[in-house]
Amino acid sequence: MKRYIYINDDETSQDLYCANRLSNRKYTLMNFLPKNLWEQFSRFMNQYFLLIACLQLWSLITPVNPASTWGPLIFIFAVSATKEAWDDYNRYLSDKKANEKEVWVVKQGIKKLIQSQDIRVGNIVWLRENDEVPCDLVLIGTSDPQGVCYVETAALDGETDLKTRLIPAACMGMDFELLHKIKGVIECPGPDKDIRRFDGNLRLLPPFIDNDVCPLTIKNTILQSCYLRNTEWACGVAVYTGNETKLGMTRGIPEPKLTAVDAMIDKLTGAIFVFQIVVVIVLGTAGNVWKDTEARKQWYVLYPQEFPWYELLVIPLRFELLCSIMIPISIKVSLDLVKSLYAKFIDWDYEMIDPETDTPSHATNTAISEDLAQVEYILTDKTGTLTENRMIFRRCCIGGIFYGNETGDALKDVGLLNAITSGSPDVIRFLTVMAVCNTVIPAKSKAGAILYKAQSQDEEALVHAAAQLHMVLVNKNASILEIKFNGSVLQYEILETLEFTSDRKRMSVVVKDCHSGNISLLSKGADEAILPYAHAGQQTRTFVEAVEQYSQLGLRTLCLAWREVEEDEYQEWSLMFKEASSTLIDREWRIAEVCQRLEHDLKVLGVTAIEDRLQDGVPETIETLRKAGINFWMLTGDKQNTAIQIALSCNFISPEPKGQLLSIDGKTEDEVCRSLERVLLTMRITTSEPKDVAFVVDGWALEIALKHYRKAFTELAILSRTAICCRVTPSQKAQLVELLKSCDYRTLAIGDGGNDVRMIQKADIGVGISGREGLQAARAADYSIGKFRFLKRLILVHGRYSYNRTAFLSQYSFYKSLLICFIQIFFSFISGLSGTSLFNSVSLMAYNVFYTSIPVLVSTIDKDLSEGTVMQHPQILFYCQAGRLLNPSTFAGWFGRSLFHAIVAFVISIHVYAYEKSEMEEVSMVALSGCIWLQAFVVALETK
Amino acid sequence: MPGSDSTAHKSKSRRPKYSQFSQQELPAFKLILTPGYVISTFIVVGLIFVPIGLISLFASETVVEIVDRYDNECIPKDFRDNRVEFIKNKQTNKSCTRTFTVPKQMKSPIFIYYQLENFYQNHRRYVKSRSDKQLQSKKNAAHIRECKPMGETDNKDPIIPCGLIAWSLFNDTYGFSVKGKDLKVNKRDIAWGSDKNYKFGADVFPKNFQVGDVGGKSLNSSIPLSEQEDLIVWMRTAALSTFRKLYGKIEDDLQANDVITVVIENNYNTYDFKGTKSLVLSTTSWIGGKNDFLGVTFITIGGICLFLAITFILLYVIKPR
Repeated sequence: MKRYIYINDDETSQDLYCANRLSNRKYTLMNFLPKNLWEQFSRFMNQYFLLIACLQLWSLITPVNPASTWGPLIFIFAVSATKEAWDDYNRYLSDKKANEKEVWVVKQGIKKLIQSQDIRVGNIVWLRENDEVPCDLVLIGTSDPQGVCYVETAALDGETDLKTRLIPAACMGMDFELLHKIKGVIECPGPDKDIRRFDGNLRLLPPFIDNDVCPLTIKNTILQSCYLRNTEWACGVAVYTGNETKLGMTRGIPEPKLTAVDAMIDKLTGAIFVFQIVVVIVLGTAGNVWKDTEARKQWYVLYPQEFPWYELLVIPLRFELLCSIMIPISIKVSLDLVKSLYAKFIDWDYEMIDPETDTPSHATNTAISEDLAQVEYILTDKTGTLTENRMIFRRCCIGGIFYGNETGDALKDVGLLNAITSGSPDVIRFLTVMAVCNTVIPAKSKAGAILYKAQSQDEEALVHAAAQLHMVLVNKNASILEIKFNGSVLQYEILETLEFTSDRKRMSVVVKDCHSGNISLLSKGADEAILPYAHAGQQTRTFVEAVEQYSQLGLRTLCLAWREVEEDEYQEWSLMFKEASSTLIDREWRIAEVCQRLEHDLKVLGVTAIEDRLQDGVPETIETLRKAGINFWMLTGDKQNTAIQIALSCNFISPEPKGQLLSIDGKTEDEVCRSLERVLLTMRITTSEPKDVAFVVDGWALEIALKHYRKAFTELAILSRTAICCRVTPSQKAQLVELLKSCDYRTLAIGDGGNDVRMIQKADIGVGISGREGLQAARAADYSIGKFRFLKRLILVHGRYSYNRTAFLSQYSFYKSLLICFIQIFFSFISGLSGTSLFNSVSLMAYNVFYTSIPVLVSTIDKDLSEGTVMQHPQILFYCQAGRLLNPSTFAGWFGRSLFHAIVAFVISIHVYAYEKSEMEEVSMVALSGCIWLQAFVVALETK
Repeated sequence: MPGSDSTAHKSKSRRPKYSQFSQQELPAFKLILTPGYVISTFIVVGLIFVPIGLISLFASETVVEIVDRYDNECIPKDFRDNRVEFIKNKQTNKSCTRTFTVPKQMKSPIFIYYQLENFYQNHRRYVKSRSDKQLQSKKNAAHIRECKPMGETDNKDPIIPCGLIAWSLFNDTYGFSVKGKDLKVNKRDIAWGSDKNYKFGADVFPKNFQVGDVGGKSLNSSIPLSEQEDLIVWMRTAALSTFRKLYGKIEDDLQANDVITVVIENNYNTYDFKGTKSLVLSTTSWIGGKNDFLGVTFITIGGICLFLAITFILLYVIKPR
């Protein structure tokens, strides 16, 4: 669905699209009660309790005062409704604040101050420095003569660096006055949630006629919730408003994750429910029989001779009500309560505070902490997760000469420094590419030093290194780029930027030397994206060797290349590029195709090697967790060799001969199939040997394997404890998580960047590292931690304790309810199966609330083993992983225990307390205190 | 950048406050089940339980109890095949005389109980059929909703006290004599003080009671409910289908081999449902009436503990780990 937006036209587009009124609210004042109740009652447990509560209103069958069920039920409902209402009210307040914010908008040619919620699509919105952007805008003017403005997108994607935004070519150079009167049409797709894409066109109308359709990209937009920085003013046309903005579309309530323990509790609840029905049917039938044979003779009961049709139902329903306490009404509430406490323990933990940034860990999802202890597979990203993501330029190979091999630091290599001073053209070119071919923005700080703002850590490292080698990137505005080399200033005009995408794996810029007027193409990228396009005469062997050598050292490599472009060729290509850039369908693919036409016959200059150091404690963490029976998979976008090197250095895989690394490769289906079969065969043979076997697969082979040989690959996944997947895309990462989940494994995905978000969301537990690649991953994740090594503590300490405590608490809740329920059942045998309740409403309520619910909360701070013991003997986690503390057989144990305790309590209270003189209220009190003592004893025994 | 300063400051303040609780470092005591602990616990429990059991068993033995079942014997021979008709017939003479000898000396007070068997006072229909409000105060006379099916007369007048429990009040009477001399039966203070003072009102008088369909005993309508102790005792419903209720107290000592003669008015219908009726005379000790169960239980548990302790000791000595 396309949108045609008429700029600055107050009449046409008035009502076509929604106003800029934000609404994140789930409820309104009117529909709150019905909607919230409806939502709560869509859960089975609540329906059950409501049914019980309604039955209790029928005084003929109710054993106790209906208040004993209605009270807790209303309380529970009130608690969750209040929580919802409070959340919604806060959302309403923040919406209101955003909606009533005043912004400058052009209406009827005059700039007016209106409320943000009255902005319409097509309006021109004016922003000042540090203003928040109220809706998605297409930029048409800025204070900067080059048409550039800077925005901070932290609220959108968590990246804190400034991004440049450009006004479209057609609006370039318009003055203040004109911008008030501008008319035109923007053609763009319907609202979507892709914050990295905007494929639109702009055509100005007379008198601004330009004839040309001007392409619009995400570069020409400023999105809602960004901030305007370092720019005096900017103005833009509203294209998406209200809840239809990119941010509004991304917003959404993530699907709630259900833990294994929750699923087990639900299952057990179901089992208890079935048991309850059986008890009701058996006792109900027996009760009816007894009534007809015996009770009619008991004159003092005065049963009428004739009775209504429902009389047969009365006794079974009475038993249903008596037994309804088998399923404790409080279990959900108390579990929610203690789970949020576990989450708080994670937030509070001093040992999980990142010492560098002082950021504590945070549990966003409070409901799944016990699942941490049941993790079987950890899928980890490499860059920024295992490594520090602090890139340092270490070595390089220029024109076949290796620099930095001896010292380990090319910046101090005398050979390189000499080459620079002597002005070797290859080296100069190399440095130029390092400094020019990037998207780094230099910014001058107040002290005069140059700060580089980069989205890619690699680029930042290269620019920094170039600066240290006297090739300083000084300034970049719009299309002119200034470089200072040995005191002289070089200026380049950037004609086009051929952006980096994960498919192309390279980026290029087309620049024009302002001095000589020569046009050249500068490229950098992965070796397989550059070396095949080298011009025919060049030997690339040394570069291949360099790449090989560097990646064996665990360094990240990039190849740099350049080529001169003739003026004619550029002009011709430029037209194609422009056309491709303004297509609305498959734009990315079309651009890639056009770029390919320019990026060929390259002259490869050299290879850079960048080091990314391992984080502290990574090898130990991996080793400990592996001892705890957790399998590790590494999913990275990096090269195979680099990935393997990192894997070796962090204990991920063992070196030969202890370990064996099998590789699945191949470019065609057959090759992949054969190598997959071979690996699988080896895997099957070696499972019995004490050997660490791992497999490594690259993105290409993975794609084929997942598509055509899913079954074989799944088998391999089950067999293999370790795997390295390199060159994988974000969606492949997510697919792998899906694959493991489909084999019924509990998965934990950990990552730090935007490319890990999908895998984090897919996995049972997502952990984000609040690192350098922004907060995107940490926001999408269930847990965010500062360093990889905290994972050990998160799983072994917090996960394990949570699991133990939840397992105890849930089973105990059933135990104490069953205990009292069994006593009621026993009593019914001696009370003529008539469904008399031994306990009165008050004691039942007191038992559930005061005597059992509150003391057991002690168990939430219970520790069976000290933290140190668990850390030293991670094998202990096997217990939790296999779910040995909460499963049908442990539950049967608790069931038996409650039955036994009920028999003891019942027999003793009936017999010991004066036998024939026993009188109902006394017996009920004795039995109740017996239950209270017993369950308190159990709590004391089970908690350590 | 000025912003970075403030964010750094902000993150510093995000550092949570330290407390032992938040760091899960509260001091804890942990019991480790070493053989020593287990064995000594068992021994201690055994050594405490066995004497307690012995003492309570002994106390229970000192209680003298006479139980005499009379429901069969008090039916004249001609009516043995037609008991229900006998008991329901208002004309028949229901008096009957029973004699029994005192086995051991019985010190006063001697408690007189009547014991019913197979009588379900705990039946749901029965248990619920009472109005505590009505019993408590005069102004709640019309409070008879819970009393169904014995709430009101055919003329829709409320019955006081209403309900099945009151309606089926036990109506056998006993007269005691030893060696031709009448024994005085004290029927005061047989109910709980709290019941008399709070639950049964002094201003509530029986009204419309046992009119029409007669169940059990009638009440003197000039005495307030708080004084009708038989009713109060009866209305404390029993938990079991075999139960005893206090009838009165004899405040004289009885010597061994004394022959007691009891004249029983056998009015109460238990023949419909094959229930039994017995008369019980019993003294008390500090543990209450005669009850061996408590002592036996204590001795059993103590014995098991000691046995386990010895087994563990042997295991530990013979085959230590």
